[in-house]
Amino acid sequence: MRLYFKYVSILFKSQLQYRASFWLLSFGQFLVPFTVFAGLYFMFERFGQLQGWTFFEAALCFGIIHMAFSLSECFARGFDAFSGLVRRGEFDRLLVRPRSTVLQVLGSQFEFTRVGRMLQSAIVLGWALYSLPVEWNTAKVTTLILMIVGGVFIFAGIYILMATLCFWTIQGLEIANILTDGGREMAQYPLNIYERWVKIFFTYVIPFGCVNYLPLLYILGKQDGNEWFYMLLPLAGILFLLPCLAIWHIGVRHYRSTGS
Amino acid sequence: MQDTIIQLEGIGKSFKVAKRSAGLVQAAKALLVRDYNVVEALKDISFSIGKGEIVGYIGPNGAGKSTTIKVMSGILVPDEGSCQIMGYTPWTDRVTYVKNIGVVFGQRSQLWWDVPVIDSYELLKDIYKIPRQMYEDNLRMLSETLDLAEFIRTPVRQLSLGQRMRCEIAASLLHSPSLLFLDEPTIGLDAVSKLAVRQFIKTINKEQGVTVILTTHDMADIEALADRILMIGKGTLLYDGSLEQLRGRFGVQEKESLDEMIVQLYKEHQI
Repeated sequence: MRLYFKYVSILFKSQLQYRASFWLLSFGQFLVPFTVFAGLYFMFERFGQLQGWTFFEAALCFGIIHMAFSLSECFARGFDAFSGLVRRGEFDRLLVRPRSTVLQVLGSQFEFTRVGRMLQSAIVLGWALYSLPVEWNTAKVTTLILMIVGGVFIFAGIYILMATLCFWTIQGLEIANILTDGGREMAQYPLNIYERWVKIFFTYVIPFGCVNYLPLLYILGKQDGNEWFYMLLPLAGILFLLPCLAIWHIGVRHYRSTGS
Repeated sequence: MQDTIIQLEGIGKSFKVAKRSAGLVQAAKALLVRDYNVVEALKDISFSIGKGEIVGYIGPNGAGKSTTIKVMSGILVPDEGSCQIMGYTPWTDRVTYVKNIGVVFGQRSQLWWDVPVIDSYELLKDIYKIPRQMYEDNLRMLSETLDLAEFIRTPVRQLSLGQRMRCEIAASLLHSPSLLFLDEPTIGLDAVSKLAVRQFIKTINKEQGVTVILTTHDMADIEALADRILMIGKGTLLYDGSLEQLRGRFGVQEKESLDEMIVQLYKEHQI
């Protein structure tokens, strides 16, 4: 863990070498989800509500998933940009160092410019929390934090899966965007507005629903059933990461036997 | 003979390479069905290297030099054969094994591009868990012998190739490895840097007893450094012996340069 922060600090120093680019990119990252959020706002302006969800409830949903997404892009960027690492042959370098590959790949990149996106998500999140008539207690705050953490784990898991694909094919990883960007776009709205199969997919396969929609029901007092169950659902995100890591290790083994 | 540090026996490795054929139709077909050629990169390679040797590993491009280095440094797992280095099998005990080796890939940097060299070293210190005292001693020794002091605070991207290579070599020795792999360390260097690098390799070999394995295309490197040559061609080991023996084989003709002898040797084996 300490080593990870050393990696981050050296990357931060690198980033500081390009200050103008840093500010421009951060600003751009601030604007991109802003337009999406504006879309959400105007839709509610027009229709008032969405299948029983008010604007601020949906905004909370939006804020949480975008927060998780921007955090994961900061921390797990190394896996997101992994194809470049393999193409440049730098993965060999990681293999001759006495540390785990996962840690080293995580430490290979850190996307500081995502603070723009993070800031925007934080504003939306703050606004929604402020405007919602929720009675906050420790349990609910914990749940909220778990939701964001769980979300980060899911996005990280997807990045790792896609990075693993690089061991077999170098190009054409647009499928990654379907899962990350697509998953984010889906999960920024309450899951109950979608078709059944979409709900099932995003609950049991890639458990975005478990870190966002379902525990949100609990926070908003809409759940039926045990509170604890809803509260602990975000842990599914952490469970999702485990098979991803296992697959990653299979990929590394494949790489080391084929060298490509 | 000194203690053995590396023992390779019957190492074999083949790769599947996708066939590429010309033409749009063929290319489209390749999207669906891939034909593979099996290329034998290494065939039954066996040798052993003693502690404290400097071994020149030579052969034409694509002969299998890099593959061998990758096997020995634990990056690649071979299909067959065994390899014992300092009591480890490189590809099974990767994390513990690589603490004991240094690897320099001449064509790829291990330093962080945008930050001063010293920052990369500090990070390597943490990656290898080098004790502070050992790190400082090694750094002082390396920066004196390689003359790093004047540019150690310069970002790597602003260094000349020669300066960078000196930094790379220093980086691979910070953790006091007893075995050093150098993959084309003099590639693209000017005369001054080349000599400095060679001199340095000699020094650490003599003074610290570091075993060095280097691949190169520059026969002058071999002449200046290597007690022993391993030559590989088309995946098989063709020659293993000292430089003198090689000279003796072709009759000691002062005029004949090492380059010419090597070319003759290549021709003999039709590679």
